[in-house]
Amino acid sequence: MSNVPSDLKYTKSHEWVRTLSDGTVEVGITDHAQHALGDLVFVEVPEAGRKLTAGEPFAVVESVKAASDVYCPIAGEVTEGNPALTAEPEVINSDAYGKGWLMRLRPTGAVPALLTAAEYQKLVAEEGG
Amino acid sequence: MAFIPHTREDVEAMLAAIGVGSIEQLFDEIPANLRLGTLAGVPESLSEMEIGRLMAERARLDGRPLCFMGAGAYEHHIPAAVWAITTRGEFYSAYTPYQAEASQGTLQLLYEYQTMMASLTGMDVSNASMYDGASAMGEASLMAVRANRRSRSQRILVPSTVSPYYRKAASAIAGNQGLVFEEVPYCTEEGRILPGALDRYDGQDVTALIIQQPNFFGRLEDVDALCDWAHARNILVVAVVNPTSLALLKPPGTWGAKGADIAVGEGQPLGVPLSSGGPYFGFMTARMEHVRQMPGRIVGRTVDAAGRAGFTLTLQAREQHIRRAKATSNICTNQGLLVTAATVYLSLMGPAGLERVAAASHARTRELTDALTRVPGVRRLFRGPFFHEEVIAIDRPAAPVLESLAARGIVGGLDLSEHYPELGQALLVCATETKTTADIERYATALAECLRAARAA
Repeated sequence: MSNVPSDLKYTKSHEWVRTLSDGTVEVGITDHAQHALGDLVFVEVPEAGRKLTAGEPFAVVESVKAASDVYCPIAGEVTEGNPALTAEPEVINSDAYGKGWLMRLRPTGAVPALLTAAEYQKLVAEEGG
Repeated sequence: MAFIPHTREDVEAMLAAIGVGSIEQLFDEIPANLRLGTLAGVPESLSEMEIGRLMAERARLDGRPLCFMGAGAYEHHIPAAVWAITTRGEFYSAYTPYQAEASQGTLQLLYEYQTMMASLTGMDVSNASMYDGASAMGEASLMAVRANRRSRSQRILVPSTVSPYYRKAASAIAGNQGLVFEEVPYCTEEGRILPGALDRYDGQDVTALIIQQPNFFGRLEDVDALCDWAHARNILVVAVVNPTSLALLKPPGTWGAKGADIAVGEGQPLGVPLSSGGPYFGFMTARMEHVRQMPGRIVGRTVDAAGRAGFTLTLQAREQHIRRAKATSNICTNQGLLVTAATVYLSLMGPAGLERVAAASHARTRELTDALTRVPGVRRLFRGPFFHEEVIAIDRPAAPVLESLAARGIVGGLDLSEHYPELGQALLVCATETKTTADIERYATALAECLRAARAA
């Protein structure tokens, strides 16, 4: 069973979203996603200032098996891409919900409905995770 | 014996296993209106004997002219050992390795090739080759767009001194993917880009600058100044280089303060015959920071479970068999046979041998243009340094003069009027180490006669 913290929101495409105290959000990939990808060897994070729409690919995570896109859950402007991932992509494997965050984003417009931890857990279970 | 891997029984067993009635049924998803019933214009099949005879007759039509044309493909001496080794059964196989790790010898050869190309271009990493120099420039443009994440414009500056054939191929490959190739004008007195030509792009969002060295006219660009100009503005530099010239000229990895970001070129001069235009191969090398944006295959050296050295394809996660439409390129291949020839050629020549070829080609081209410009009505068009090509202007229309030369068994060069009408009646000429003083004299004499005849007509 995957680790799914109850204080975060989730997407069907296996991203997590944490709302920070300053109103920006932090986005990463779930523990289930990192486990499915295997050992990560390279991560490409977005540059600050980039404007994203919901559903747009904003990062690439590359494991020994595959390179996959990560999709933006909420429209907004990137305030920071995680600089630590360039040298140490493996922190996504070891700490997907903490040091493995991919970007911080200032949402523009309405925040779409995201999955709760329980809903995401159900999705993963249905996918055979 | 049939050279078909599957017997009718094999095919039927496979179809039965997946529950499909016929092979045709596997293509059901292609709508009927998109399917071609017959192949119009394709003649009836010929036997081996008939096709052998037809090809021999056509080959005779080519003749064996004395060739002074370059323009991207160059006639160099190829030591007999190159193709004797290349066509050995161990190497003479599929153009790119399938089930690659089962062919350790092939992978080792590709690894050696990559090492040689990285060393020759002064760059960190090489892929296992591309289709040809022109498509490699198109792929390098796409790679630059992926690699330059500070730029959003997908604008590529391409001086008109870059081969017009390469520019056309790059637009065909990358134009539909949103890349915009913008032509930068050149100085018609020097036949190269003056750094001032780039001033009007100051402050604009530009993704990459392509620099060809030597350029299409054989002239030397001020690569240090151009490269530094680009890097000061966060513009990536794509170098298009002639591999033979790198034995003498500064490799792209050392251009300016930082060096070029990506280097590509045509590999044909390294042991591949002219052969009516192909097959050739392209090469591509890059700085390590861009390796994950590099298209094609890369062979790496590693150790197996028992600690023994071995070779393997690496960085495959972005290739099309894994990423499908999102692959870095849909050219995930290499030109195995031509690369084998180039690797054998480079190892036989060595750095000193390649330098002798480059120096001799330069000297012969100087001798050629000295001889041709002694002919009345012929002059050199550009001043300044060149490698092994020069542009000469003649005082009669170029096309009929070239036809008269061809009738005398001489390929006199490339008529530049189609792509560079501003140069008037101009020919791009080339001499490599394969040309003798007698050959050059024969061309000069024939040119004098052709021009005299043209004036009299």
